[in-house]
Amino acid sequence: MDVLYEVKQVIAKQARVPMDQLSADTRLEALGIESIDVIEIVFALEEKFGVTLPFNANESAVSEFETIGKVANAVKTVVAEKTPS
Amino acid sequence: MNRVVITGIGVVSPVGCGLNEFWSALVDGRSGIRAIENIPTQRLNTRIAAQVLDFDPNTYFEPKRANQLDRFAQFAVVAARAAVRDAGLDLDEELALQAATVIGTGAGGHITIDDSYFKLYGENAPKLHPLTIPRMMVNAAASQISMDLGLKGPTFTTATACASGTHAIGQAFQMVRSGQAPVAIAGGTEACLTVGTLKAWEALRILSNDTCRPFSKNRSGLVLGEGAAILVLETRERAVARGAPIYAELQGFGMSADAVDLISPDPDGAARAIRSALLDARMNAEDVDYVNAHGTGTTLNDRTETKALRSVFGKHADKLAVSSNKGVLAHGLGCAGALEAAATALALHSQIAPPTANFEEKDPECDLDVVPNVARQIPIRSAISNSFAFGGLNAVLVLGRA
Repeated sequence: MDVLYEVKQVIAKQARVPMDQLSADTRLEALGIESIDVIEIVFALEEKFGVTLPFNANESAVSEFETIGKVANAVKTVVAEKTPS
Repeated sequence: MNRVVITGIGVVSPVGCGLNEFWSALVDGRSGIRAIENIPTQRLNTRIAAQVLDFDPNTYFEPKRANQLDRFAQFAVVAARAAVRDAGLDLDEELALQAATVIGTGAGGHITIDDSYFKLYGENAPKLHPLTIPRMMVNAAASQISMDLGLKGPTFTTATACASGTHAIGQAFQMVRSGQAPVAIAGGTEACLTVGTLKAWEALRILSNDTCRPFSKNRSGLVLGEGAAILVLETRERAVARGAPIYAELQGFGMSADAVDLISPDPDGAARAIRSALLDARMNAEDVDYVNAHGTGTTLNDRTETKALRSVFGKHADKLAVSSNKGVLAHGLGCAGALEAAATALALHSQIAPPTANFEEKDPECDLDVVPNVARQIPIRSAISNSFAFGGLNAVLVLGRA
């Protein structure tokens, strides 16, 4: 599964913007994404990939998940941990 | 306009069901946050809560009667009885006809809902217990108190999530002040710690698995609690005439809505509620010595509350003692504001600011004097008690020395 593509799809839906406007460098803040949206995005990704993302809204949503690329990397990390090597 | 005083307090709390136990735990910063008991935790990431563990309904109710009450209503009735006893209130027929009952709760009979839905969906039960609805309805606690004590005046429930108890006391205060009711039984109650509730809170990703550390830089989120606190409010004239003990005077009440975000608090909304409460009390910011903070221990709340206090109090903010009880009581949601109003009244009565428990590290973004870990004997002329709810609903009480 192309993680970046899947992440873009989830974020495009949450932010209500066309997917082709999103890249790895797109900042979530620039899409008008708020703390409650981040929680929903994390939830949607967890459902999609069947993983648990180590995300605590308390530690500050914005710094950890500043860009779409950072979100994709966080997903890749837990997906890799899940897959037996 | 009547002056309104607090003459009785009853609590059911994670640190005890007696007023002395409750107050001494707050003053000593002895936390009621522990490993969860009596709830299956296999499917939970959350391992801690502040539960009321020494509560046996059979101590307080006949079995048939206990069965009619969800835990949230049991807590409320037990706290209301204790408050009336504490006030030495003689509820004769004339007074009972006029006495108001205003009780806040965030969730209502959540344990009843959780149990019955589990039977229905999980165990395919063909039918539910006939008392399911009367036990779970959100007004059950107010109704049960009115029946238990025979109170027949204005009676209703306020439901504003984490500010429910504060809104209830504020409404009751206004009724006694205006002369609508000579006495009021007011407070908040909550008992919604179930697997379902805890999973739902986990989904918000703001629960701590460490402990609740309000205003501390290393704070890691909130911890859920439960309990009830009920106050007896009456006109000062009446209380003095009958020689009743007076804990504190209720001086003002302010409310506001953020109208911004469903879960993130807004400094402007909080500040407007505080200003409105001070205006209602006809007081200047400089008259306040102690702030009982909402102080949930989330990054966002504690920072936002600090900003709001700085904006209202200006330079005087540095002279305030500001503490949160949630390191000890955790967040009791609908009962939090009532437990904290009780604590604020006791702070005024004893002239002791209870500490912010579990504090470890100063946060430059929460740079007020948060009375870390050690209680302080200080002159407290007036105090405010803040509650800021999810949904952006704010309520603030102003209390003064009796």
